[in-house]
Amino acid sequence: MEVQYLADLGYLVAAALFIFSLKYLGSPRTAPRGNQLGSLGMLLAVVITLVRMNSAEGGVLGWPLICVGLGVGSIVGVVMAKRVQMTSMPELVALFNGFGGAASALVAMSELVKANAESLEAMGPLGRDVFLVAASASSIIGWVTLTGSVVAMLKLNGTLRGTVSFTGINLTKVGILALTILLSYVLFGSPGSVWALLGLVIAACVLGVLFVVPIGGADMPVVISFLNSLSGVAAATTGFVVGNNALIIGGSLVGAAGLILTTIMCKAMNRKFIDVMLKVYGEPAQTGSDEKRTVRGYEAEEAALAFDGARSVIIVPGYGMAVSQAQHVVRELGEELQRRGTDVKYAIHPVAGRMPGHMNVLLAEANVPYEQLYELDDVNAYFSECDVALVVGANDTINPAAKTDPDGPLGGMPILDVERARTVIIVKRSLSPGYAGVDNDLFYRPATMMLFGDGKAKIAELLAQVKDL
Amino acid sequence: MVLTATVLIGMVTILVLSVFLGFELITKVPPTLHTPLMSGANAISGITIVGALMAANAELQGGSGITAAILGCLALILATINCVGGFMVTGRMLEMFKPKKGA
Repeated sequence: MEVQYLADLGYLVAAALFIFSLKYLGSPRTAPRGNQLGSLGMLLAVVITLVRMNSAEGGVLGWPLICVGLGVGSIVGVVMAKRVQMTSMPELVALFNGFGGAASALVAMSELVKANAESLEAMGPLGRDVFLVAASASSIIGWVTLTGSVVAMLKLNGTLRGTVSFTGINLTKVGILALTILLSYVLFGSPGSVWALLGLVIAACVLGVLFVVPIGGADMPVVISFLNSLSGVAAATTGFVVGNNALIIGGSLVGAAGLILTTIMCKAMNRKFIDVMLKVYGEPAQTGSDEKRTVRGYEAEEAALAFDGARSVIIVPGYGMAVSQAQHVVRELGEELQRRGTDVKYAIHPVAGRMPGHMNVLLAEANVPYEQLYELDDVNAYFSECDVALVVGANDTINPAAKTDPDGPLGGMPILDVERARTVIIVKRSLSPGYAGVDNDLFYRPATMMLFGDGKAKIAELLAQVKDL
Repeated sequence: MVLTATVLIGMVTILVLSVFLGFELITKVPPTLHTPLMSGANAISGITIVGALMAANAELQGGSGITAAILGCLALILATINCVGGFMVTGRMLEMFKPKKGA
C-alpha cells in the first residue's frame, strides 16, 4: 500500500515538472530548459509506473508487450524527429497530436474490453458510472483527434488538395455526434457490447475526417491548435478512466494551452472559431466588376534597382516561402542588403504559414537573428518609412481589402501595412487570390512590382542582381 | 478500488485548477515560440503513456485479456512516439533559436 502513496507523490513531482516545462517554454532564453524538464517529468512518470506495477502482487505481467511498446515507439519517434525537415514541421506536429489522441483512446478501449461485471462491481456505483462515461468520452475525443490530425497532415503535405464539402455536411456532423452519444449510452447500459464499441470508434473516426476536410489551408493554424488542445483533453479524460492524477493534470494543461493558441490564431485571422469549424467557405464569390485588370510582371533585374540606395527594407514572408524552401536564400539576400548599409527587418504576421509560429521556425533555421524579426503590431509603424517591402509568398496577410472592404471575407483582419512602403516587390507564383478568395488590390498598384515564379528561384535572381548593383 | 465521491471531487478540482493554470502559463508566450510550445505541449499530452503502460501490463493468455493487452501495446507504441518524438523535435527546433556563434 505504501508504494501506492509514494507513486502518487512521484506523479505529483512529474506534474510539477510539466508545469515548469510549460512556463519555461514561454521565453526564448529558458525554453530549452523547459523542454528538458518536460521530458524529465515524462521519464519520471514512466519509471514510477513501472516500479509501482512491479511492486504489485505477481510483479509486472506484461514485460514483453511493454518492451515492444516502449522499444518500437522510441525508435519510430527518434527516426521521425531526426528526419523531419523544418518546413514539414506542421505536418509532424499534426501527426503527433493524432498519435497522442489515439493512444488515449486505445487506453480507454483496452480498459473497456478488460472490464467485466466483477471489476465494474468493485468500482462501486459511482466509480462504474465515471469509468464508463470517461471511457466513452475519451474514445470519441481520441479518435476524432487521430483522423482529424491525419487529414490535416495530408492537407499540409499537399496529398489532399483543396477542400471537400457537400450540402448538409454540418447536419451530418451533428448527426454523427448524436450517434456517438447514443452509442455511449448503449455502452453505459451494457459495457460488454463489442458492436457498440466498434460503432463508436468508426463514428468518431468519420466525425474527425468530416471535421477537418472542409477546412482550407489558411485556417490550418486554428485547426492544429485545436487538435493540440483535443489531444490534451483526451489524455485528461483517460486520467478519469484509469484514475490517475498525472494524466488529469498533464492533459488539462495541454488542453488549456491549445485552446489559448486556438483563440490567438482566430483573433489574428479575425475569424470566429465557430465559423472556422462550421462555415463552409467553398469557392470564392465572384464579387465586383468583371473588368479584367492586367498586371505587369517584372524581371528581377528591374526589381533589384529598387534596392539601390534603399535605407530600409522590410521582408514579409508567407506560406509561399515555406513551400519553395526559400528561407535560406531570403536570409542571404537580407545579409547582402545589410552589407550595403540597408536596415533589414522581417515582418511576421501571426497566421503567416500553416501553424502558429511557422515563419519564426523557418527563419531561425536559416539563422536570421531574432532581433530582426518584428511582430505585426511593432512593425506596422515602420512601413511608411520603408523604401522597399519585399513580400515572399504572402497574400491575405497583406491584403488592403481587410480595411477597404470591412464586410468582405477578410474584413477587419489585422494586416501588415505593406501598401505604405515606397515600393512593394511581391514574389508570387501567380496572380491567383489567396486562401480567402479575395483579389488583392496591391498587385495592381503602380508602386508594386510583381515577380512571378518560384520563391526560391526568384529571390536567388534578385540576390544575384543586387550583388551586381 | 471503490471510487468515492470525495475522491471524485478531488479529481475534478485538480482538473479545473489545472485548466486555469494552463491558461495562465500560456497567455504570455511570444509568437516566436508558438511552434515549439505547441510541439512541447503535445509531448506532454503523451502522459497518457502512463495509462498505456497499465493497459499493456497483462499476460498474453486467456480470453478478453489478449485484446485488451494488444490494444494497450498499440497505445504504448503511439504514446511513446508522441513523447520521445515530441520532446526531441522540440529540442531540435529550440536549438535553432539559440544565438549562434559565427553565424
